[in-house]
Parts: sequence; structure tokens; C-alpha cells
Amino acid sequence: MESSQADINREIEVAAQQPGGPQPKTDYAPYRSSILRHPKQPAHLVDPESVELWAPVFGHRDVADDEADLTIQHAGTPIGERIVVTGRVLDGDGRPVAGQLVEVWQANAAGRYRHQRDQHPAPHDPNFTGVGRMLTGPDGTYRFQTIKPGPYPWRNHVNAWRPAHIHFSLFGSDFTQRLITQMYFPGDPLFALDPIYQSITDPKARELLIAQYDHDVTTPEWSTGYRWDVVLTGTHRTPLESDVSSDLEEEA
Amino acid sequence: MSAVPGQTVGPFFHLGLEYDGMNELVPPSHPKAVRLHGHVYDGNGAPVPDAVIEIWQADPQGHIPRRPGSLRRDGWTFTGWGRAATDPDGHYQFATLEPGPTEAGRAPFFAVTVFARGLLDRLFTRAYLPGDPSALDADTLLSGVDPARRGTLITTREPAGLVFDIHLQGEGETVFLTYPRLRDAWS
Repeated sequence: MESSQADINREIEVAAQQPGGPQPKTDYAPYRSSILRHPKQPAHLVDPESVELWAPVFGHRDVADDEADLTIQHAGTPIGERIVVTGRVLDGDGRPVAGQLVEVWQANAAGRYRHQRDQHPAPHDPNFTGVGRMLTGPDGTYRFQTIKPGPYPWRNHVNAWRPAHIHFSLFGSDFTQRLITQMYFPGDPLFALDPIYQSITDPKARELLIAQYDHDVTTPEWSTGYRWDVVLTGTHRTPLESDVSSDLEEEA
Repeated sequence: MSAVPGQTVGPFFHLGLEYDGMNELVPPSHPKAVRLHGHVYDGNGAPVPDAVIEIWQADPQGHIPRRPGSLRRDGWTFTGWGRAATDPDGHYQFATLEPGPTEAGRAPFFAVTVFARGLLDRLFTRAYLPGDPSALDADTLLSGVDPARRGTLITTREPAGLVFDIHLQGEGETVFLTYPRLRDAWS
């Protein structure tokens, strides 16, 4: 029998009694698809070496400037609330991650992905794909303009709804900092009901995934704005000034 | 500083992560191209058709590439990084070059990242080249893991390439890795 939201809420409550800490519990049965897809053996600790001490290099030949504007990819204007999302990507020691790739993807304002597997019968928007890419600036800043995504049902259980979110793919300055996560919007009433969000059982840690509304980020008379800073784990290689400049030389 | 937690890549990652040539670090017609490929399996041994595998590697001379161009490949620059999604059979593949040892005597490997729908956080592992038993025996990681599981980290050679299957759970579960600053990030 399929679970109800009440069943899932009980499971979330039980799981919260056995805190898994500030990372998601990969063994988290309320998210049904995780049951057969998490390792049962503990991760093996190893000192990173050779390529693991470096991250792939991306540059302006990889990413066009207009890929950071998800509202101009078609002939018309997408429907929905226009927003700017910006923030800084920092490593675990607070150093900016400069010149690095950020990829984002999301549903449209109605909660529909432009993806053949998304069968939610909400309208597609012919003027919105929902994909963006950008490089961080010298101080780790990323910025893109988009449409605020809608929540959507996802059949984890009966009438399961995901809180509105934007998927983020991030790289650091070494391989071990690679991160894919989701950014959420403040005050979403679906947080308490969502097993993906609740798989992070430390409330302070999961709040790190919530952007803040920031009036200074708005574009006057045009868009609202959100700020979300991303702190990655620490790098194992002491970055040198020359790391950044040599990357820039490669580009020249 | 508190590191941001991960979340699953979800079922719709193709939208945001796929691009032309992402799994071709070199053109398949390159005279030295090898096919690095395999299946991703769940705890029941069923294929995982919605996983993303990324590799990051040295070039055949053991140099770590420091050049952009992985997203818009020019067919000539070896960037050392690629991405593949599994197909409906849970199969992924890359066209690439075999990495060389970054230091003499070191066992070369591909650094591998795994994402999937249902997998709440990314996993790291290594895919070693088979072949040089002395280098493999001397490797810190390989000599430190349970000998029964060591084979999950080593690719199998076939005529045109290298096979690396990934078992997320259960029988033959792949050895996944953590690193000091990843483990300690939240302690």
C-alpha cells in the first residue's frame, strides 16, 4: 500500500530522533528511492593524492555570459516571478572559489520541468527551459536571473510535494569539494513534509540550503532578489596566488 | 565555516547537466582512445538508469590537465574531465585516454564521482588501471582496504577498453571514499 503524508511525517519524526548530523542521511527510508541506492559500508578514509588535489578547469570558452539569464533563452518572456539569485562560493576556510563553474536547473513557475520524464500535468512554458551556467568571479560571486520555480508533486508517497527549489552543481578548487545540492526559498510550507530536505536531520545544517530574500539584490521595478552563499568543504591543497593567475593565462 | 549539505541530483538532471560531447574526453576515433564503461547497480542488482558518473584524470604522461574546454570541446585539448549519464540499462561510457602515473611507480587511477536519483549525497571512488601489480600492491588505498573488496576499485581490461561497474549497495558494493577535510567538515 502506498504511504500517506501522515505515514511519512511519522517516519521523518522517528528518523529525527536518531540524528545523522549535518549531512543528508543517505540511508533515509522516508525517501523511498534511497532504500536500495545507498552504500551500507562506511566510506573509506583516504588522503587525497594527484588529481584529487586539483579540480577541473572551466573558462569563458565553456560558458557564454548569457547562459546566466534563464529569462532570455527564447523569443518570448517566460511566465512567473522574475528573480535574481546571487551569492558567493567559498571553500571551507572562507576563501573565494574563483573562476569556477556553477550549473543550475529547475522547474518553471508552474512546477514543470522541461524533461520527458516529468509527467506532472502542469503547463510547459515555451519561453522557459530552466537551465543556466556561469563562472564565479574573482571573489567567488555567481549571479543569475530566472523565474521562481513552483512546487510539484513527485509520487514518493500519495500527494507528495517538493518545496520549490533550484538544483545547483558546484566545483571547488580540489576534486573532494564537488557538490550537487538544492537551494530552497524562505518560508516554504512544504519543508516539514519533504523527506529529501528532512534527510538532513540537523535543522541548522538544512537551513544552510535556504536562500534569503535581499532587497539589495533586486533589480528596481524589474525583479525580486535572493542571496545564497555556498560554503564547500575545505581544500586539501594550499591554494597559491598563482593558481588563479595561471588559470587566467590558460584562457588567454 | 559550515559546509552546505548535499542533496540528490534528482530525476531531471539531464536537463541541467547534459551537453554534447560530455563523455568524450577525446573523440572515439582518436588512435589512443579507450572506452571506459560499465553499469551502475542498486542493492538488488538492478541497473540504475538515472545516475551521473563524472571522471577526472591525468593525461597519459601523468600530467594533471589545467586547461578549460570540457563543456565546449575542441577535439584537440585534453581537459581530463568528463560526465556520463547511465542509459535505460544502467550503462555509462566514456571515450578517453588512459591516465599515466603522476609520479614514478604510482598506480594511475580515474577519480570518480557518482550521483543518482535516490542517492541523497554524491559518492567518491577511484577506478584504477589494471596491469602493474607492483604499483597496485604499493598503493596506499588498495593495500588499506579489505582484500575482498579491493577488486571493486580496479577496472577490468577488455580488447577496446576498461570496464568499471559500480554497485551502490549489497553484494560487491563498491568501496566509496571520504577525505580528511570532507569527514571533518561537520565535526
